[in-house]
Amino acid sequence: MIPLSAYVAVSAVLFITGLLGVLIRRNFIIVLMAVEIMLNAANINLVAFSHYLESMAGQLVALFVIAIAAGEAAVGLAIIIVVFRGKISTNVDEMNLLKW
Amino acid sequence: MTDLLIKLIPVFPLLAVIANGLIGRYLWSHEWAHRLAWGSVGLSFLCTIGVFADVVRTGTAHEVVAYPWIFGGDLTINMAFLVDPLTCVMLLVVTGVGFLIHVYSVGYMHGEDGFTRFFTYMNLFMVSMLLLVMGNNYAVLFIGWEGVGLCSYLLIGYYYDKVSAAKAATKAFVVNRIGDAGFLLAIFLVFINFKTLDYTKVFAQIGHLSPEMATAISLCLLVGAIGKSAQIPLYTWLPDAMEGPTPVSALIHAATMVTAGVYMIVRNHLIFDLSPVALTVVAVIGGATALFAATIGLVQHDIKRVLAYSTVSQLGYMFLGAGIGAYTAAIFHLMTHAFFKALLFLSAGSVIHALSGEQDIRKMGGLSHKIPWTHKLFFIGTIAIAGIPPFAGFWSKDEIMAHAFTHHHYVLYGMAAIGALLTSFYMFRLTYLTFYGKSRMDHHTEAHVHESPMVMIGPLMVLGVLSLTGGFIGFPPDQGALHDFLAPAAGASGEHEVSTGLVLTLMMIASGIALFGWALAHYLYSVNPTAPDRWAAKAGVLYSTLMNKYYIDELYDLLFVEPTKKWGLALDWFDRVVLDGIVRAVGHMAEMGAAGSTWVEKHVIYGGINIVGYGNHLMARQWRQLQSGMVHHYAAIIVAGLFLLAVVIQLIVQR
Repeated sequence: MIPLSAYVAVSAVLFITGLLGVLIRRNFIIVLMAVEIMLNAANINLVAFSHYLESMAGQLVALFVIAIAAGEAAVGLAIIIVVFRGKISTNVDEMNLLKW
Repeated sequence: MTDLLIKLIPVFPLLAVIANGLIGRYLWSHEWAHRLAWGSVGLSFLCTIGVFADVVRTGTAHEVVAYPWIFGGDLTINMAFLVDPLTCVMLLVVTGVGFLIHVYSVGYMHGEDGFTRFFTYMNLFMVSMLLLVMGNNYAVLFIGWEGVGLCSYLLIGYYYDKVSAAKAATKAFVVNRIGDAGFLLAIFLVFINFKTLDYTKVFAQIGHLSPEMATAISLCLLVGAIGKSAQIPLYTWLPDAMEGPTPVSALIHAATMVTAGVYMIVRNHLIFDLSPVALTVVAVIGGATALFAATIGLVQHDIKRVLAYSTVSQLGYMFLGAGIGAYTAAIFHLMTHAFFKALLFLSAGSVIHALSGEQDIRKMGGLSHKIPWTHKLFFIGTIAIAGIPPFAGFWSKDEIMAHAFTHHHYVLYGMAAIGALLTSFYMFRLTYLTFYGKSRMDHHTEAHVHESPMVMIGPLMVLGVLSLTGGFIGFPPDQGALHDFLAPAAGASGEHEVSTGLVLTLMMIASGIALFGWALAHYLYSVNPTAPDRWAAKAGVLYSTLMNKYYIDELYDLLFVEPTKKWGLALDWFDRVVLDGIVRAVGHMAEMGAAGSTWVEKHVIYGGINIVGYGNHLMARQWRQLQSGMVHHYAAIIVAGLFLLAVVIQLIVQR
């Protein structure tokens, strides 16, 4: 039986990976993928704790997170396409209108 | 049943006023306007007859509350009617004569502008007059009192585009205000003393009234009566009121409204009886007016003005009667006067109608064959007012004069007797100048002379019959049907035993006076037509004084009107210069203050606010650098915040 700490460790590694991806990478699509990784890290945590605590609630929330992640991906990609049409680029640094 | 009839009496004319006054002009023709007008008064007359029959049969007074009007605290004033014998007589006169005059007006006013307006005012007058005579308390009396004054004003000023008519209307209104102020004071005094305004309650506790208070109330009431009934010194409005259409003169300024003062005194005779002083004042004013107005009537040239002064004079007889305690005789004379004076005015109207508006008797003459009916009826009116026995005026006037004599008021009797002589003289003078002798009309007018239509002559005939026979309801003197009927309301005046011989002697003297007046007029205006001018020239100053009405109007102008005008102008100056000056100064100061505070606002307050704002602006310029618009920066801040949060939570948990 794999101990809970192993799951949490994997989840933490995955989350850090995602977080670094969001912060460091400049390509919008990569950033989006990094966000997905972070969500999945959270999912692992949820499922693991669900199993450990013998409650179905965590798995239920994981299912919701997957559904929301799908929606978020769809919306994010749509935004990328719109921005790309205007700028011919997916570089996040060039998207700085969201200020003042 | 009778109660309902009583309530209905004023309702009919009121409905006609509403219908004709509000929508009549737009919805129906003149025919329907006048039908409504005289029809409503006719219905009131029928109701009055019903009520009268009941009062005669049962001999009791009816008191009917239509609705409570003002109530609160210990004050209750009802819109309520009191119908006792006195009210009955007044009702019969008002609705009966009023009905005849309404019918006459249909012919007289034919084709005039404002035909519907005329009948609306006339009906409004009927409503007010009915309230005046029917009210069971002073408040309702006062509504009627003011209502008739208003209608009088409206109808005198009926030809409102004529300056003289508008002025006469204003004069009547203003002069009446003086009387009304006195009347209002009397009402207040009554309320203070009795805590009620109902006649029956007031008269029930009349014994508690002190003689001084009785005198005060009586004199205040008298001021009101003087104004309304055109007695010295407030009579000047009545001759000018002749500017109104002739039916108005007949109805308001002869038969009904001007007698309201007499009615009011007789209604309140229990108060007057407590004050010999007030009664003496009433009698003296009445006697003086009777004589004074008659002298002016001698020389006037306007047919209606002669009749107006005659009315003032006859009202003086009524006051004289009331003042010497002959209340029944006063009401008797009021009634007969209503008949013959209405007849005279309406006949005069018929003459004026025939002469296309001419009112100057110097431009009349010889009309007796051209307008025979009018002539006969005017003549009947003349002999009735002159006191030729056995016609109406003789009985009532003789009764007043006999009462004065038998109660030892010899001076008053003398004044009344001279007044009677003058009355007879000026009335026959009027008749001779109008109907006999050679025609003095211009050809144009003469060609158009025509007898009035039946709608005008008909009412005149009824009035003529009443003028001839109306005196017999007061026959024999002091014990006639009228006296028995009025005894409960007006007090018995016949308890003073007088020998038949004296009564007959006084009657002979009165007849002799009347006939002498006639003879004198006959001599001056028929036998020897050049005499009047010679006499006038010989009289000189006296004649011109009479001609100018003793210069009373000029005197009032000098004493009251001009000072009032000057005072008004002074107040106007004070208002414009002083008061407006203060207002302007205040305004100016406010303006200067406002300019000062504007400067402070602009330079001090705005400055402070701008400094604060600019500081904010500068700080914000620094702080907004935080918002780069870069997603990474935001994400990094979020992460940093999360770490910070985690650390804080960790620290708290560890503690």
